[in-house]
Amino acid sequence: MSQLSRYRNHRFARPVLLAFGLLLAGGLFSAANAAAESLRAEPIAISADKSTLIKEGKEIFNRGCSSCHGLNAEGAGAAPSLIGVGSASVDFQVATGRMPMADMSQQAARKAPLYDEYETAALAAYVASLAPGPASVTNEELAWERDGNAASGGTLFRNNCAMCHNLAGQGGALTKGKYAPTVMGVEARHIYEAMITGPQAMPVFGDKIISPEEKLDIIKWIKAMESEPSLGGASLGRVGPVTEGLLAWTLGLGLLIGIAVWLTAKAK
Amino acid sequence: MSVGKKAVGSVANYMDERVGAAKWMKKTLNKVFPDHWSFMLGEIVMYSFVILLLTGTFLTFWYDPSMRIVEYEGSYEPLKGIEMSAAYASSLEISFDVRGGLLMRQIHHWAALLFLAAMVAHLLRVFFTGAFRKPRELNWIIGVGLLTLGIVEGFLGYSLPDDLLSGTGVRIAEAIMQAIPVVGSYISYFVFGGAFPGYIFIPRIYIVHVLLIPGIFLALITAHVMLVWYQKHTQYPGPGRTEKNVVGYPMLPVYAAKAGGFFFIVFGFTAFLGAVAQINPIWVYGPYTPAQIGAGSQPDWYMGWLDGLVRMAPPLETYIFGVTISWNILIPGLIIPGILFTLMALYPFIESWITGDKREHHLLDRPRNNPNRTAIGAMSLTFVLVTLINGGNDLLATNFDLSINQIMWFTRIGVFVLPPIAFVVTKRICLALQRHDREMLLHGRETGRLVMLPHGEFIEVHEPLSPEKAFLLSSHEQLPALTAPEEDSRGVALPRGLRNKLRARWSSANAEQIDKPTADELKEIEHH
Ligand code: HEC
Ligand code: HEC
Ligand code: HEM
Repeated sequence: MSQLSRYRNHRFARPVLLAFGLLLAGGLFSAANAAAESLRAEPIAISADKSTLIKEGKEIFNRGCSSCHGLNAEGAGAAPSLIGVGSASVDFQVATGRMPMADMSQQAARKAPLYDEYETAALAAYVASLAPGPASVTNEELAWERDGNAASGGTLFRNNCAMCHNLAGQGGALTKGKYAPTVMGVEARHIYEAMITGPQAMPVFGDKIISPEEKLDIIKWIKAMESEPSLGGASLGRVGPVTEGLLAWTLGLGLLIGIAVWLTAKAK
Repeated sequence: MSVGKKAVGSVANYMDERVGAAKWMKKTLNKVFPDHWSFMLGEIVMYSFVILLLTGTFLTFWYDPSMRIVEYEGSYEPLKGIEMSAAYASSLEISFDVRGGLLMRQIHHWAALLFLAAMVAHLLRVFFTGAFRKPRELNWIIGVGLLTLGIVEGFLGYSLPDDLLSGTGVRIAEAIMQAIPVVGSYISYFVFGGAFPGYIFIPRIYIVHVLLIPGIFLALITAHVMLVWYQKHTQYPGPGRTEKNVVGYPMLPVYAAKAGGFFFIVFGFTAFLGAVAQINPIWVYGPYTPAQIGAGSQPDWYMGWLDGLVRMAPPLETYIFGVTISWNILIPGLIIPGILFTLMALYPFIESWITGDKREHHLLDRPRNNPNRTAIGAMSLTFVLVTLINGGNDLLATNFDLSINQIMWFTRIGVFVLPPIAFVVTKRICLALQRHDREMLLHGRETGRLVMLPHGEFIEVHEPLSPEKAFLLSSHEQLPALTAPEEDSRGVALPRGLRNKLRARWSSANAEQIDKPTADELKEIEHH
């Protein structure tokens, strides 16, 4: 300690302390961020046998979904038929909170899911039992960490997805109030299911267009972007020059003008 | 005299005998600078230019202006093994593998944004205070040239890394070039050395960005500042300040100390921004290929208004003589900016033609005392702001739960409706402020203190203004409107052409003022 206190009055002591304080604050902030991010539900093992699952699914469906999708999921009014959409579509829609739809707005928004993993699996099993369709996947089945290649995933993303989801995957506007949401913070299985089911305005990316291996590449790239620390300072939302320009005008020029006012103020 | 001082003295003498600089130095060092924060805006511009030169030079040591295709082998994992231009690869190298490189890149970009923002703020100061009037019209035109060059320079710099975001901007620039009737496709072929994107574009804009435009900048900035030097500064009105003097601090020591300190503050602050705020993370965007495009692609803010204009244009095309004219690109991309910048450059002459005022002006106007000019400024700002909003329409849509179509229509209509509204409102506000000034002169400042007179009446105490304040509120002149002359100096009747009528109309609009209290009125109050 006495070693340190010797430098207390050094002329660099203050700047170094300041830098240290900033570093500390930044570190704490990102640690808190990371902690918040890791609070994600882990899937539970679903042990019930298939036919009970389907039966329970049917019950939940009647209560929660049939008002819009019809008693036999045949569709009614604005809500489409679910026959043949497969368990993948149900898992994506329900586990990301999109279904049941809160209001008949432009687009079912992502929200906290209403049903737990078990109920979701039951719903998925029920809908899958109506007619074959794309099957849901679990996070464990997707070995993106082992098999994926982030670099080629990035190229695939820029080729197929960026025109809607933005180059950095931050999401973007489509016409008439619709939007492609950010793909950051989405579970691997939902990324996969989004590609095979093509929810709403999003096209279906079948295995012929993007092979299952390439899908893992894409997931790996998205996850790499997600976990990438913000290089070179606080990221301004990664949405490009708009926030940068805003910061330059407000904080940047604002502060410099403030200093100019202070410099030219008459000493009273 | 100490030995040190003696040495300095003899060196100074030596120099003076050879170059005869003492007289010039004395004049220079005694030059007086007015003290007002808004005079420092131009300095911010100059200092950020210096920062740009310094950091830019650093970047040239590693940047490779080539569109040769290479495979990325640097240390940024999510791009390993990807094919890209050497320009992009070297920009990544600067960001990840050169010590301090990312910091320098970020300082350079932040300085560029500040450079242009400060330039616009400086321009606004000059405009709203009427500092562009005779004899400074030439400097105003140089300024407009600097602004234009600044926008081009920024756009080219932004394009150099050859990432997918900036490449999208270059593609739009190409579309604008191609939209020029008849010669468009030739121009584009010439610029890109063949079909877009070709292999020559980056090397070409590199030389323009690091040599040609900075060279012109240096020459123009020198001319600009020399003119300020030679013509002296304008100053705000106040007691003791006339059209014939400049009140302020001498160059040495006060001004030099302040200005020098300010340079370091600007530099330090820009470096701070570069250190803590990420700007243009090119590695996230990926290398440019014409086949790819991203949602929400935006240019830097100084091009954002142009982008907004292009975005709001309805699809209009005509097909004549075998050529298609894309009005939807031509009008917003070239014609409107062309008209705007021409009007801006000519504004000093337009104004003096309208007012008929050909005298020199060294005292600035308070913006309210020239309601028409202030309103024109507000109108232009509103126009740019509306187009800028449309430039970011996709981001506004997603972040504020709006529909992109709503914003599009709001700005399409707003771009015609809002600027005139801004004009009228601003003019009314100016006149209201003038009326307030007049009230203050006639009745003094309201103190908010109520006093009961002996016979029970309440009155509010009005404090008389200080002489300085009274001078400030009343020293401006109010020009009468010009009337269209009926006959020329020899008594020959003039045809009352459209030109004269227009001028008379504008001139009378320009002369709309709240009359200052007359000397008689003021005298009367003193007897109260
Ligand atoms: C308020 C009405 C409403 C309710 C309740 C509702 N949905 Fe939907 N659902 C819709 C509409 C409308 C769509 C189509 C547009 C969309 O996806 O936003 C849709 C689409 C879907 C799709 C996608 C179909 C496809 O083509 O891939 C699935 C799967 C789905 N719903 C499942 C469910 C489930 C399961 C429930 C019950 C938990 C449910 N929905 C409750 C209105 C509703
Ligand atoms: C035509 C535009 C379009 C393209 C191309 C597109 N998407 Fe989408 N994507 C959408 C829309 C719209 C939604 C929102 C669907 C919804 O809300 O139900 C979406 C949703 C998603 C989601 C769910 C996000 C969430 O919040 O749960 C993921 C993940 C996703 N897309 C990934 C991709 C990937 C990966 C690609 C490329 C292979 C891709 N998208 C291509 C439009 C697109
Ligand atoms: C590279 C960009 C520029 C630089 C480095 C620059 C620098 C300066 C400096 C240092 C001054 C003196 C201090 C001041 O009044 O702020 C000045 C004055 C002036 N500038 Fe600029 N300026 C630039 C761009 C512009 C632009 C875009 C305009 C307007 C179109 C402009 C018009 C003027 C005028 C008319 C003056 C004289 C003002 C006066 O004496 O009151 N300048 N400039």
